[in-house]
Amino acid sequence: MAEKVLMKGNEAIAEAAIRAGCRHYFGYPITPQTELAAYMAKRMPKINGVFLQAESEIAAINMVYGVSGTGKRVMTSSSSPGISLKQEGISYIAGSDLPCLIVNVQRGGPGLGGIQPSQSDYFQATKGGGHGDYHLIVLTPDSVQEMADLTALAFDLSDKYRVPAMLLADGTLGQMMEPVALPEEHVNRVEKPWAVTGTEGKRKHNIINSLYLVPEQLEEKNLERYRRYKAIEENEARFESYMMDDAEYCIVAFGIAARVSKNAVVALRKEGIKAGLIRPITIWPFPKKVIAEAAEKVKAFVSVELSMGQMIEDVKLAEDCKKPVVLCNRVGGMIPTPDQVIETVKKIAGGNA
Amino acid sequence: MKRITLFCGHYGSGKTNIAINFTRDLLAKGLPVTIADLDVVNPYFRTKDSEEELTRAGARVITLPFANSNVDLPSLPSQAYALVQDRSRYAVIDVGGDDRGALALGRYVPYILEENDYDMLCVVNFYRPLTTTPAEALEVLREVEAAAGIPFTGIVNNSNLGAETTREDVEKSLSKAKELSRLSGLPVRMTTVRADLAGDGEFPLTLQKKIFE
Repeated sequence: MAEKVLMKGNEAIAEAAIRAGCRHYFGYPITPQTELAAYMAKRMPKINGVFLQAESEIAAINMVYGVSGTGKRVMTSSSSPGISLKQEGISYIAGSDLPCLIVNVQRGGPGLGGIQPSQSDYFQATKGGGHGDYHLIVLTPDSVQEMADLTALAFDLSDKYRVPAMLLADGTLGQMMEPVALPEEHVNRVEKPWAVTGTEGKRKHNIINSLYLVPEQLEEKNLERYRRYKAIEENEARFESYMMDDAEYCIVAFGIAARVSKNAVVALRKEGIKAGLIRPITIWPFPKKVIAEAAEKVKAFVSVELSMGQMIEDVKLAEDCKKPVVLCNRVGGMIPTPDQVIETVKKIAGGNA
Repeated sequence: MKRITLFCGHYGSGKTNIAINFTRDLLAKGLPVTIADLDVVNPYFRTKDSEEELTRAGARVITLPFANSNVDLPSLPSQAYALVQDRSRYAVIDVGGDDRGALALGRYVPYILEENDYDMLCVVNFYRPLTTTPAEALEVLREVEAAAGIPFTGIVNNSNLGAETTREDVEKSLSKAKELSRLSGLPVRMTTVRADLAGDGEFPLTLQKKIFE
């Protein structure tokens, strides 16, 4: 294994992106993701890459759109309000079937909100955000190590399916420091015959475009894209299952909420309460199957979130109203404590645990 | 022991934690101490987190007006002048990361140089990605020094891998610290190590309590 280094989550994303062959970064500073841009500013000039601080988030995402059309690995990063600004560009990129990586290190909202961690952009990340029928592949790390590992995976999946990928983290994961074994320099090169790289007079022009004024053509584009989405849903849903074998109470949580919940599971088990955790690693595609299977065995679900309850809707859809689903949450930059999760499970368990 | 001790260096190198532990050490010796957090770069991981404890132990704590609030507004407190103007107390100054953070020192530097009773220490963690070699650490050291407008007088080796640090990790960093010392011409003034791993002559660090693993 590689020598470990002590990194902030934001730095781990940046270094992992470079090792995955990304040499183009466009962004605009915003707390709590600024270290990512700062790291790129230091590293890119030394490796012949491009770091460009755009005049705005809107400019940055459109630069990503342009570079992606040439087939190069490219990324941008921001935090919640900045990601809102990027939505038009993201829709255009999705509508042009281009790969790229968008990183959202979430902070409390809505509006300018705060600078403390949050998961309240779940709807925006998984249900669109911009206009039109489209999806992003959305990955949710729960450690600094996964900030690095999932960054590499996000580039690979995005290239493979020609669907933009999003890494959905939060202010805690962006700022916290943990030891990381960085992935080796490694690029899964995918053929990109669609890329705009110059014809040299040898082939027909490639055109990157999301405008289709003939409705039959636009419909066919949408249908073709949804066939790819179906393949992604079938093949790419990822999750971690923790102490679920004999679990009676299933906590569902991702990112930093899953870290908190794992502590709660261990503590509950010590008291004889059979709790387990399903941690979605992709939230689109959502790991529906494992939730549906759990619904046959457990007594209830607890959705632990740093939002007013967004993922809980996907949990309910996946378990098909078979068992009660209870929300355990904090918002506005606050993080649920293990004790809060423990109390929620105990309350459901009542005297019957 | 100089009257003023400044901790500067790469962001995330451990400056705040060392400044807090260093202050505790001075307080334990019965010395009057003022600790100031002048980090205008990062709004998280503040001295303010330990304000209550340090105040109780007798320290005067100066923090940025908006530290730990939801307002990310870099501004320096007027009380910070007490650090350089009140010579009856020891001063521990926790400076922001990198050259950008060190810029904030500028307005105090003429006073510090005039009094000429200071230690300006460069905190280095060789397990941080942009300072893994002595040459890289030297580059950051020079950038910080240029921005601060005041020369370093020593190095603090704070090499660690967080909760996973082993004694071996500390040992492995010692030769790098020595090499940085040779390259920069500065002495290694302290080797800071988590209290349960610290050996003879090393400065033991107590870390903040974790809420979850």
